[in-house]
Amino acid sequence: MLVELGHFALILSLLVAITQGVLPLAGVLKSNALWQSTARPLALLQWSLVAFAFAVLEVAFLQSDFSVVYVSEHSNSLLPWPYKMAALWGGHEGSLLLWVFLLGVWSSAVAMFSKTLAQDMVARVLSVMGMISSGFLLFILTTSNPFLRLLPAASEGQDLNPLLQDPGLVIHPPMLYMGYVGMSVAFAFAIAALMAGRLDTVWARWSRPWTLVAWTFLTFGIGLGSWWAYYELGWGGWWFWDPVENASLMPWLVATALIHSLMVTEKRGSFKAWTVLLAIAAFSLSLLGTFLVRSGVLTSVHAFASDPARGIFILVFLALVVGSSLTLFAWRAPTVSLGSPMGLLSRETFLLANSVLLSTATLAVLLGTLYPLIIDALKLGKLSVGPPYFNVVFAPLMVPVIFMMVPGALARWRQAQWSQIKPFLILPFFAATIFSLGLSLWMGHQDAGILLGFWLGAWVAFASFQQIAWRAKQGLRMSGSFLGMQLAHLGLAVVVLGVTGVKNFEIERDVRMGVGDQVTLAQYHFKLIGVKEVRGPNYKALRAQVDVTKGESESVIKTLAPEKRYYLSSTMPMTEASIDSGFMQDLYVSLGDVLNGDTPQWSMRVYYKPFVPWLWAGVLLMVLGGLLASFDKRYRAPILSGDKEEGADQSLGRESSHNGDSLPVASTPLA
Amino acid sequence: MMSKRQKRFVLIGTVLIVIAAVVGLVLNAFQSNLVFFFTPTQVFKGEAPKSSAFRIGGMVKAGSLVQRDMTHEFIVTDNEQEVAVSFTGLLPDLFKEGRGVVAQGKLDASGHFVASEVLAKHDENYMPPEAKAAMDEAAMRKAAKTVRP
Repeated sequence: MLVELGHFALILSLLVAITQGVLPLAGVLKSNALWQSTARPLALLQWSLVAFAFAVLEVAFLQSDFSVVYVSEHSNSLLPWPYKMAALWGGHEGSLLLWVFLLGVWSSAVAMFSKTLAQDMVARVLSVMGMISSGFLLFILTTSNPFLRLLPAASEGQDLNPLLQDPGLVIHPPMLYMGYVGMSVAFAFAIAALMAGRLDTVWARWSRPWTLVAWTFLTFGIGLGSWWAYYELGWGGWWFWDPVENASLMPWLVATALIHSLMVTEKRGSFKAWTVLLAIAAFSLSLLGTFLVRSGVLTSVHAFASDPARGIFILVFLALVVGSSLTLFAWRAPTVSLGSPMGLLSRETFLLANSVLLSTATLAVLLGTLYPLIIDALKLGKLSVGPPYFNVVFAPLMVPVIFMMVPGALARWRQAQWSQIKPFLILPFFAATIFSLGLSLWMGHQDAGILLGFWLGAWVAFASFQQIAWRAKQGLRMSGSFLGMQLAHLGLAVVVLGVTGVKNFEIERDVRMGVGDQVTLAQYHFKLIGVKEVRGPNYKALRAQVDVTKGESESVIKTLAPEKRYYLSSTMPMTEASIDSGFMQDLYVSLGDVLNGDTPQWSMRVYYKPFVPWLWAGVLLMVLGGLLASFDKRYRAPILSGDKEEGADQSLGRESSHNGDSLPVASTPLA
Repeated sequence: MMSKRQKRFVLIGTVLIVIAAVVGLVLNAFQSNLVFFFTPTQVFKGEAPKSSAFRIGGMVKAGSLVQRDMTHEFIVTDNEQEVAVSFTGLLPDLFKEGRGVVAQGKLDASGHFVASEVLAKHDENYMPPEAKAAMDEAAMRKAAKTVRP
């Protein structure tokens, strides 16, 4: 009965979403204030209905109600309860419900935190979001209904894919989806501004915190996915250039360009058309990601659907969104002014160059991701694009991007003086040179690529340290925007150092080991002590004990326990790697098959993975930076039109200019 | 300070240069990294490249898996032709006799496929599309043969 109520609530929410997509917008066109004012309550009502449906499905999962098809296919009565809850988004239907639910969260947040935004803009923004929501609700109700009943009910569920029974799965999809769906806010703001013909600094300022929050979630979601693949798939890889990963990387690259471009639009009134285009692209790529991942054209742990109707629906929806928004753009963009003049050496130049490079990288990734699909669709054969393609194309594009992060953060708007930037480049330059030489000497191997990677990471990191230290020394207040930017840049620097380190210095070895055998990687000795059988709640497992000693010392520094799990409801074994994380490296062991012989032996995968913890630390720093910047006080200050906040600049030379949160300049006087 | 026209010129110029550089980079990298897929029948007919890497897909023939130390030898079949494959290392969890498999590697002098990578994806009931395509093609040829009098 409850399940039917959930289904009913979802149908109601579709009706509300359609109304939300039409009525407020009609109000804008007819200048009817009453119709416009329905936007907020409709958004909240729609979300409540979806939230109710979502809760109903969660209850069905917790109660192991196997009379629901979706529950019976993705859960099992033996499943621990957190996984029962997470199993809701372990399949196609539920993950779409999560998508719409999170869209409701974003819509409601916009509805609640837009008190100072003009009513007609609220109406437009929430209408656009209502239309998106209608599309997805229609999709769920027509092709992917999670509330369908199974008669007679199954006596036991088929269980969640063992790969997905993991704490990483509990949070990875919601975080990633928050990022994907959050791009709809930037998109809705851009479309609303296009409709209104008001592509002004107020629009950019409104979009910025929302886009930053979405970017932060996206960053966190991608980081979690990478971390999950690293420890759960048992191969020790953290990025495979898998189409599914590319699908999340592309919106991230564009969103990164977007948050920087929005800054220029807000501060200088420039790049408006470009910013709008990026906002459209970021959301379209999020939709494309959903399409690629959920339509079944790709094959991976993420691809649940095999029903072609679903793929076609998303493709049509995607075409509608992209087509209509680009048409609107083509119609409105020519009226957009070019904005303020800018010098060749200015912050605008660096930001523009980087956003062009990021977009180019996105296109290169898009090509590599879609090409095999297009060739296959045209029946021209089956092929794949190997990871080397992505590495070869992506890395050279990122080198100038990372290099320009430093002067970009230092240069002033409009026209920067070389003499003012230079003092802040000298220290990072020499510090990075010494650091990269020292680090690669210490790691025991040097080549140009390693040096460049370490140098770039250190260049950005030292520049961030110096800029923070400089400001602290001057006794200047540091705004959330400023600290957030520096932290996020520092985080990227740490990731760059980590990637360079792990790519060049990892040691992977597949070995055959009997009890008492030992293998040595770097200066670590791994000794197999024994293998025994253990039981988990819904699986049996073989668990090995591997003692690790370091160098000459006899004392065991760490005991690792990799497992091979056999889930009761599945014939598929699962490799659970055991990882010891230190500051500088991970020691990674996974257990393979039993090898036949006189004495039992096992195949084992033993990895020495330097710098891997740096990847995760870097992502966390970026997330922290994103949060700090999103919650900068100035976004909460009321917006006055023509507001040139941060006017009282205290720039390097202490002369006044429109310096924004450029560095080294004190930030907002609003605090 | 640049005028509007100069600004536009620099902007367009930069974009064009970047695009040209990337197109060159991409095409170059693309050509050397495309990995084509062949069915066991195509390999048998000699359509597969002799010296460069490619992928084969099909079913792991039941009872064909032999393990010597860390090296696994097995036969990939599309029920029409067979290719002997060897792989050194740990096989993925989902590798099983009688199940679909896709392997990437090269042919050696004797026509033996030496795999550098064995791809078995993440679901026990899942058949890699390449493997499925190989099986389907072979099945269709067989059906066509039996229909023909």
